[in-house]
Amino acid sequence: MCLAIPSKIVEIDNFRAMVDVYGARREINLMLMPEEVGIGDYVLVHAGFAIQKIEQEPAHEALKVISALIEDAGKEIDPQNASSRDMDGDSSTGSG
Amino acid sequence: MINKVAHKIKELKSAINRTVRLMEVCGTHTVAICRHGIRDLLPEGIKLLSGPGCPVCVTSIRAVDTIIAISRHKDVIITTFGDMMRVPGGGKSLSNAKSEGSDIRIVYSPLDALKIAKDNRGKKVVFFAAGFETTAPLVAGTISEAEHAGIDNFYIYSVHKTIPPALKALLDSGDVLADGFILPGHVSAIIGKAPYNFIALDYHKPSVITGFDAIDILTGVMMILEQIVNGKALVENQYTRVVKDEGNLKAVSIMNEYFEPSDAQWRGIGVLSGSGLELRSRFKHRDILSVLNPDVPEGKEPEACSCGDVLKGIKLPVDCGLFGKACTPEEPVGACMVSSEGSCAAYYRYMGIRIV
Repeated sequence: MCLAIPSKIVEIDNFRAMVDVYGARREINLMLMPEEVGIGDYVLVHAGFAIQKIEQEPAHEALKVISALIEDAGKEIDPQNASSRDMDGDSSTGSG
Repeated sequence: MINKVAHKIKELKSAINRTVRLMEVCGTHTVAICRHGIRDLLPEGIKLLSGPGCPVCVTSIRAVDTIIAISRHKDVIITTFGDMMRVPGGGKSLSNAKSEGSDIRIVYSPLDALKIAKDNRGKKVVFFAAGFETTAPLVAGTISEAEHAGIDNFYIYSVHKTIPPALKALLDSGDVLADGFILPGHVSAIIGKAPYNFIALDYHKPSVITGFDAIDILTGVMMILEQIVNGKALVENQYTRVVKDEGNLKAVSIMNEYFEPSDAQWRGIGVLSGSGLELRSRFKHRDILSVLNPDVPEGKEPEACSCGDVLKGIKLPVDCGLFGKACTPEEPVGACMVSSEGSCAAYYRYMGIRIV
């Protein structure tokens, strides 16, 4: 999957932040953010970087769409991809 | 809401007395269109064509062969996004090279690749930098971290590509018969609206930056049809909840600080002028090709594979003789069947049962 995923900021330490996405915690980098963000804000995350702030309601909607897409994709994953998915969650080049 | 927009689309289409061809530039849109069954909601005479916006699909055979050749060096660790692993080069994929002993590791982020470099100072750690404007700023940011932290053994192999120059080249080639463009959501979150202005000004075609939900895509289609009916050609933004008109200026600025435009080879399409990104001369020490530059011949596309025509919107995946027969996600011939964002893989996954 190449969708950038909305994630909720739960901790911030300078340019590093912890986000919560589908209950999992992940460290992200804020150096590309064009505006200041705080705890509780939603950001669009692509490959470990926050790339844009998003309002809460659209973020919730997007998460619903993405979880459906991930569920679909999960139905037919080959073993090679499955192992990378287990390890990395979403490891993709990111398209448009 | 969906029905309302679908009804409006029907109304608008009835005022246009010809087939309307719309290109969805981005692979994520292709997947979403298939998944949501958008085609079933559109009236006859509206055709949705896939575009070149799947970075895995357009990575050239030579680029795959080159990264594999680099991986053969003993002191090298290759790091890559997972979806590049199975892309066939001239003969082999990164996955094959790994099983033959190359040290190739899947990472979630280029920052993970930098960490591997930090932990393996005796090795050259190379990140296979594929992706569009959504990804290139992240790689630039990672190089800036490497510079600040003095991690000298971190390199990239850039096969980054940029969307507006590619669209311009495709429009100039006359191959692309689209009447309007559904523009990428997340590339546009970075670059904003302005880089697409030429589509309206020079080619007089409507385009709309569009989100990825069913209602987003239908609304994008509706907005393009409204422009056609009203004789307008504008760049509009449907995906305002994520895409700001100016984009992400900080990300663009760091991308431009580290990279400059170069010509790039697009798989199945050819060289498109100014559509690639290479490191600027002051950052060439981060370019693995400045240290190791294997002599790799130009790759040959697999015979009968229509990936190139699919990426230009000339053919639909189902028009390819190999689709679903010799070429499946399990045994892909072309890159469009490998990537989950590839048009062929999307068609196969969501429509395969009906077609094959």
